Amino acid sequence: MTSIETHLPTDVSASNSAIATWLTSADHKKVGRLFIGSGLVGLVAGLVLAIVVTFERINADSYQILSVDSVPQVLAAVRLLLTFGAVVPLLLGLSIAVVPLQLGARSNAFPRLAAAGFWMWLTGLGIAVASIIGNGGPNGGNSDLVDLYLAGSIVLGLGVLMAATSIAVSVLTTRAPGMGILRAPLFTWSSLVGSLAVILTMPVLIGTTLYVYVDHRYARAGFGGNIGVNQWVGWALSQPFSFLLAIPALGIVLDVVPTIARTRLAQRSVAFGAIGVVCVFALAVVTQTSITLPWEGEKFFDNAGSKIADLLPFLLLNVVPVLGLLGVLGLSLLTLKSAKPVISAPLTFVLIGLLGILLGAAAHIVGLVEDAGLIGSVYEAGVYVPITFGAIAIAFGGICFWGPKLWGRSISDKAATPLALLTLLAIGLDSVPYFVAGFADQPAGLVNGFSYSGPQDLWNALTCAGFVVMLLASIAFIGLALKSFTSGAVAGNDPWDGSTLEWATSSPPPEDNFAGVIVVNSATPLTDSKSASSTGKVA
Amino acid sequence: MLALPPASQPVPRRQVFVGTAVAGAAGLMLVGGMMATWLQFRADAPVRESAKRGFIKDWMPERIIVPEVAANIMLLGLLVVCVMAQWAVYSAKRNDRTHTGLALGVTALMALAVINAQIFIWTQMGVGARDGAFHSMFYASTGAMTALLLSGLVFTAVASFRYLGGRTKEVELVSAHALYWYFLAAAFCAVWFVIYVQK
Repeated sequence: MTSIETHLPTDVSASNSAIATWLTSADHKKVGRLFIGSGLVGLVAGLVLAIVVTFERINADSYQILSVDSVPQVLAAVRLLLTFGAVVPLLLGLSIAVVPLQLGARSNAFPRLAAAGFWMWLTGLGIAVASIIGNGGPNGGNSDLVDLYLAGSIVLGLGVLMAATSIAVSVLTTRAPGMGILRAPLFTWSSLVGSLAVILTMPVLIGTTLYVYVDHRYARAGFGGNIGVNQWVGWALSQPFSFLLAIPALGIVLDVVPTIARTRLAQRSVAFGAIGVVCVFALAVVTQTSITLPWEGEKFFDNAGSKIADLLPFLLLNVVPVLGLLGVLGLSLLTLKSAKPVISAPLTFVLIGLLGILLGAAAHIVGLVEDAGLIGSVYEAGVYVPITFGAIAIAFGGICFWGPKLWGRSISDKAATPLALLTLLAIGLDSVPYFVAGFADQPAGLVNGFSYSGPQDLWNALTCAGFVVMLLASIAFIGLALKSFTSGAVAGNDPWDGSTLEWATSSPPPEDNFAGVIVVNSATPLTDSKSASSTGKVA
Repeated sequence: MLALPPASQPVPRRQVFVGTAVAGAAGLMLVGGMMATWLQFRADAPVRESAKRGFIKDWMPERIIVPEVAANIMLLGLLVVCVMAQWAVYSAKRNDRTHTGLALGVTALMALAVINAQIFIWTQMGVGARDGAFHSMFYASTGAMTALLLSGLVFTAVASFRYLGGRTKEVELVSAHALYWYFLAAAFCAVWFVIYVQK
């Protein structure tokens, strides 16, 4: 049997300074928090750039900030920062920090791989952003920096892949005795399927980027040079790939809702199926982005045979994931109906985030109907933003929920709940006006030089306001989180009266998480233990 | 709780083996994705008339000659590597340290031979990466495959050092090592057929 060293001797870390400990740590809780902290910084940077772009869109003649040539680069930077600089690290960070605790494990599998993954992700993201700033990136004018952007993207992808591998192997191999996969918490399950989705798609992105890099650096013959960068690898920064990256968020919803409602999740096995269905079909749709639906108006039924042939794969790939999301929403509401939940920040954040993801996924279906003429318009941004903001809102809910476990102090519920409502406002402002502008044929990828009937200034002003609201909510949330580190109320070991294993250890947990090996007999081991204690029976 | 000494580590369920399987799946997606892009370029290429084969896709430039013998040797070499890696598993399970070491050694030697054959192909073809789309994609594909082969060689070295260093109970590591070479052989089968046979 292979022995795996999973932790450093405590005296080694104790002798180092705090900064050195954080920089060199392979402790999953620290690596997870590094991911989360960096993700919050990436989120703020992405939102600031988004505000610049949308502000100029209001009236490019009056408010010109960006040069025409730099627009594709800035738009790429916005997507890069919001997707791989915010959504991915926030959800990966929560998974790395929380999943081993939910599994009753001492550590994650391959802890050094996860730590190396963080540093590779951070380095790759830094290189990619720096190259865009220096006139590299998609459509960049500096050839060497376009190469650097592609190289940075490969490093970033490898980092995400390494972290996802650690999570998937943790779930598959380090579960507590008695914890079959169907007894694992829903966040653990969604982290597993989300990680497997990343493991299956990220190498394809890396391979394509490698082709584009070698071609751009040496030949510039097959991939369109700097203009072709977005054509070949831009799919990783848009829907439906962003939807795939948001899958772990669904597990957060299904863990937070029953815990806050202090009841068991309704139809738990259906919840496993719903997340699995979302993952499988989202994975399928990522590979089949060319499937659209020709509607042809009144002629829709003229050639029923070919229409059914068009409709079946379209429905299978695009509608089934939405049904899975509806399943998650339905189970959440069913659970809440059977209890008397207290309105709290985690619950508000996750429900609003789920609605955002659902809105984006449903809108994606409409966007693929060819006759609507939405392909290539800003409607696509209206699909991308609610999914991204929804995933971020759920991550905020997850931080409010598990933050007390990770650093031992609570985030003020009273102050955080209004921020969730601000997030809802931002999702509304950044999706509906984009939808309207998309139907009015405002092109994607441009900030000026377009004109259409209707109040185009208003739609673009509203989207700009949406990004401002999201930025304010994010900064306020970061402030609350920072405040809770130092002066937040001491949380206690089990502040939510939880039912899963992460609440069975101290807050914050010791380096090895649990003092002893925990044997699991059900999906709610801590509830069983509490019941046994109250009735005097031995669990 | 913090003051308590940690209890014994629960035995992980074949962590290295599962990790290798996951890494292998990722590697297969890498190679599969690259081959899919290659085939898309090939399908999009115009048609030209060949003196020997009639009308063919004008994807690989006419003047390029692929050293097919070396490519076939690479494939056969990888099959031998798989047999040797499995021999190492067989011997390790029987606690036969000598034969395990021998099998791991031959695995490394054959892997080196495969990489050598790849370098031979690069030098014999005399193709520059700057010469066109086929050329840059050829180097990207075969370069990525070679990087994977080098990672397999490193895995062999790690397995050898750990096993021969005294950890003879680590059969799982040797098994995972064999699994990784199976994945590499499968990946190279795709590369061999798409790039060296179909071209």
